[in-house]
Amino acid sequence: MPSAVIAGVYEHPLRKAPDRSTALLHAECARGALADAGLSLADVDGYFCAGDAPGFGALAMAEYLGLRLQHVDSTELGGASYVSHVARAAAAVDAGRCNVALVTLAGRPRSEGRSVGTSARSAPMQVPDTAFEIPYRPNVTLLYAMCAKRHMHEYGTTSEQLAWIRVAASQHAQHNPHALLREPVTVQDVLDSPLVADPLHRLDCCVVTDGGGAIVVTRREIARELRAQSVAIRGAGDAIYHLQGGAADLTRTGAALSGRTAFAQAGVRPADIQYASIYDSFTITVLLQLEDLGFCAKGEGGRFVADGNLIAGVGRLPFNTDGGGQCNNHPANRGGMTKVIEAVRQLRGRAHPAVQVPDCRLALAQGLGGWIGTRHASSTLILERIG
Amino acid sequence: MTVNTPSPQQPLDELLAAAPETAAYWQAAAEGRLLLRRCEACGRSHHYPRPICPHCGSDRTAWRAASGQGTIHTFSVMRRIDEPYAIGYVDLAEGCRMLTQFVDAEPDALRIGAPVQVAFRDLGQGYPVPVFHPAAA
Repeated sequence: MPSAVIAGVYEHPLRKAPDRSTALLHAECARGALADAGLSLADVDGYFCAGDAPGFGALAMAEYLGLRLQHVDSTELGGASYVSHVARAAAAVDAGRCNVALVTLAGRPRSEGRSVGTSARSAPMQVPDTAFEIPYRPNVTLLYAMCAKRHMHEYGTTSEQLAWIRVAASQHAQHNPHALLREPVTVQDVLDSPLVADPLHRLDCCVVTDGGGAIVVTRREIARELRAQSVAIRGAGDAIYHLQGGAADLTRTGAALSGRTAFAQAGVRPADIQYASIYDSFTITVLLQLEDLGFCAKGEGGRFVADGNLIAGVGRLPFNTDGGGQCNNHPANRGGMTKVIEAVRQLRGRAHPAVQVPDCRLALAQGLGGWIGTRHASSTLILERIG
Repeated sequence: MTVNTPSPQQPLDELLAAAPETAAYWQAAAEGRLLLRRCEACGRSHHYPRPICPHCGSDRTAWRAASGQGTIHTFSVMRRIDEPYAIGYVDLAEGCRMLTQFVDAEPDALRIGAPVQVAFRDLGQGYPVPVFHPAAA
């Protein structure tokens, strides 16, 4: 397990930011996370960002932030990037390549009117799958909906069961003053919302928000000197799941492999996890990852999430206690950053009291980027309280 | 000095310039035939077609005519649009799965497991692509 720790996190409070540039949002998040750790921009010598960062890799943002770097990593795994960046940052710090690593994410799809879920994808012809997929207009919601449809066919999963995932997120969001949607919803509300792509309704889909977040990873000794409330990284895993030449199982995700790697490194089992941040672009995304991570058997996800089992104080596995991407925030259409941030809040005992898991010592953060239904990246982190 | 007057590039030309090794697939599609790529080393077919087998890494691959018959593996219908359309995966009789759009079918009449047959339509690209419609019972 890495020695480096998470020493600071920050989630931008805005959900709509038409008067700020994407670069400025990155910078505000960077300052926030560094302040949380007791550090400043001048201390940063390692920088991690992904495709939401404007410019060529990390170059433009390094200049904008005035960073002097000896390590840089612009690994692009879509929404999973920032989950993976935490493990990469810890490895870089442990290898002596940098001392203070900063991870940032920001974007403003709400202000820019980029609802990627329902608009047709476009891609250059140099991408090898383009000619064989783009003509059919496979938008994001359709791709996830097809996997939901197949899961229902194979395992008898119902729309009511999927709706429970939204219900749990909304129960949590009511306590988050920054959440975009704070009103609790019922299973019937989800079923009554308009169909977007069968079987997914509007309330099966995440929000579109501006904003961002940042994470600081540093050496354990530095964090101790700063008296930062640090969180340890016990295990991590990455995976890419794709169509396998036309042999893929569309009810499975890369979380099976990234989770197995992370659990093996951490030396713990799913039953040991007290809180889970699960990527929630759609309700089906949560269900498939819960199965693949081993919280329940493949096909049992519908029964596992039903009847409030994901609600803090009610169920066995409290998830996304900030309201998640379903109700709180999905900045830049990339949800991995906020998954890590809420897990850190839980381990610090700083989640909202109404949703705080008592004595939370072990948490999981799971990110997914790209598209289930074709190809995606998965990244899993297992985090632990220190002290 | 000669000045070349650029001719307006056709969409298929653009595609073939980017991926020349797929030319036979698109030529066959224009003639109403669906091709798969089959590996002579491992015996498996794959889609979309690649000269190097994604199953085993061999470059001993060749075009193989597909029957065009299959069954619906899964599908969904885009509803929040003026003209709803259905896309999905078809399990081809030859044993691999491909993304496609369903045509000449009421979206609400589509069923997982239902037999379908390939057809070729220009969906707006400027050249025909394989689509599927319900097979005659």
